[in-house]
Amino acid sequence: MSAAAAASATSASRLPAQLCGAASVLAVVAAVELLIRAGAINAFVIPLPSQVIAAIPRIVVEEHIPLRFWQTSKEVLWAALLLATVGIGLGVLLYRVRLLRLATETWVGALAAAPIVLLFPLFLVIFGRSATTIVMIGFCAGLAPVILKTVEGLAGTRPVLIDVGRSLKLTRRQQFWKILLPAALPTVFVGMRLGLVFAMINIVGVEYLINFGGLGQLVNDLAERYDLPGTYGAILFVVLTSIVFFDLTERLERWLRPHR
Amino acid sequence: MPADALLKVEGIVKRFATADGGITAVDDVSFDVMPGEFVSLIGPSGCGKSTLFNIIGGLVGDYAGRVTVAGTRVTGTHPSIGMVFQEESTFPWRTVLDNVAFPLEIAGLGKIERAERAAHFVKLVGLSGFERRYPSELSGGMRQRVAIARTLASEPRILLMDEPFAALDEQTRLLLGDKVLQIQQELKQTTLLITHNLTEAVQLSDRVLVMTYRPGKIKRIVDVGLPHPRDAEVVSSDAFGHTVAQIWSDLREEASRGIEDDEARVRAGGKP
Repeated sequence: MSAAAAASATSASRLPAQLCGAASVLAVVAAVELLIRAGAINAFVIPLPSQVIAAIPRIVVEEHIPLRFWQTSKEVLWAALLLATVGIGLGVLLYRVRLLRLATETWVGALAAAPIVLLFPLFLVIFGRSATTIVMIGFCAGLAPVILKTVEGLAGTRPVLIDVGRSLKLTRRQQFWKILLPAALPTVFVGMRLGLVFAMINIVGVEYLINFGGLGQLVNDLAERYDLPGTYGAILFVVLTSIVFFDLTERLERWLRPHR
Repeated sequence: MPADALLKVEGIVKRFATADGGITAVDDVSFDVMPGEFVSLIGPSGCGKSTLFNIIGGLVGDYAGRVTVAGTRVTGTHPSIGMVFQEESTFPWRTVLDNVAFPLEIAGLGKIERAERAAHFVKLVGLSGFERRYPSELSGGMRQRVAIARTLASEPRILLMDEPFAALDEQTRLLLGDKVLQIQQELKQTTLLITHNLTEAVQLSDRVLVMTYRPGKIKRIVDVGLPHPRDAEVVSSDAFGHTVAQIWSDLREEASRGIEDDEARVRAGGKP
């Protein structure tokens, strides 16, 4: 089977799952609509999905959604770049220096569970009320999974692959770039995805808390105006940002790991 | 020991530290392999075969004795010795061609030259047409052939293999044995095969070195007088059966000792 035929067969095999997923979302939305109309859910707490959909064109125009979407995306992108460079870099360092790894692994694990967002006043003091504060909080929130998964991926490299490198007298640098990193890449990507999720949650959360631009601030504004359909419409754009970044990491991984 | 041996293994002793003092895995092992010769090292599980593989390949240090290739003492891994491992060792992120080209890439060859040379070795192991496939798309036997081609691509003077067909079924093992013999004869490749499979050892080798159970020593060297060229058909010949029986009579005693030792360890509350 050619590569093109294999790709076509794979996408064809995914189609039923994708249709099933879309149908499930539509079914939940329809159920919520019916439950609200039937009075089972309070319409003053959750708006009708049809009203949310109707509010989208309004908030796109009146609330400058494209600009806000771009601002939040930029913050997530910066956090992702920091996570990829600093997070993976620190992971490699901890893998290489065993003493450092043993000394800090528990702390890094604890960092993953820490509610970093609550430290936002400290970040405000350090970086001011700016996008840098938001990016840095997102970066710190996503750092632990990236580090831990990078260490796990590198340490999990099959010893026989390392022996192949040794038998061919690879230098330390070659051993890393040609064997360790490619072997660790699947786990590193798991860490990056987890890190991005943590970063995004915190970025939107801090935008909301410090009322500084982006989609988080819009959600705050609309909620304070008690514009519930608009609030939920804005939340849909937050979800869209998440989907975009998840898809980007998927594409990047497919490009780097065409064999998967 | 003949002066023109390509590989000489002299007086190898290897001890491992254990909780109860230490264990001698290999004890005073000496043998030689002549240029173009196919030698198998056979012994029961736990006789130190893989330890010897790692010592000769340079992956394990801190042993007594010496290993020389064409008179030069080998310490650490050495380009003269190409290793094929028991475990599946292809790089899953590289295509068949890129896997085979790996040693050439490390040696700094240009992209076109290494692709041409890698294609030659892919053809040699009978995988033409699969160059762009990834290991995950191949069978276990095909992946092991990729590993052999990758090792051959580095053009080692000695091919050192550690039970490369251990994970394969018997039919595939016999047919792959044919392929290895064919390649060995075509390249006049000096080969040392570590195995615990009697049929494989006799089918492929010019000489079989039989090892004792722990501590591993050379118990007997058997010359396999079967004519060349050989193929899997040879296993049905009387001479083959006779040689296998001869080696088995030596090996049986060692294998029994291994089983008794395992049982004693389990009874004493240890691990086999």
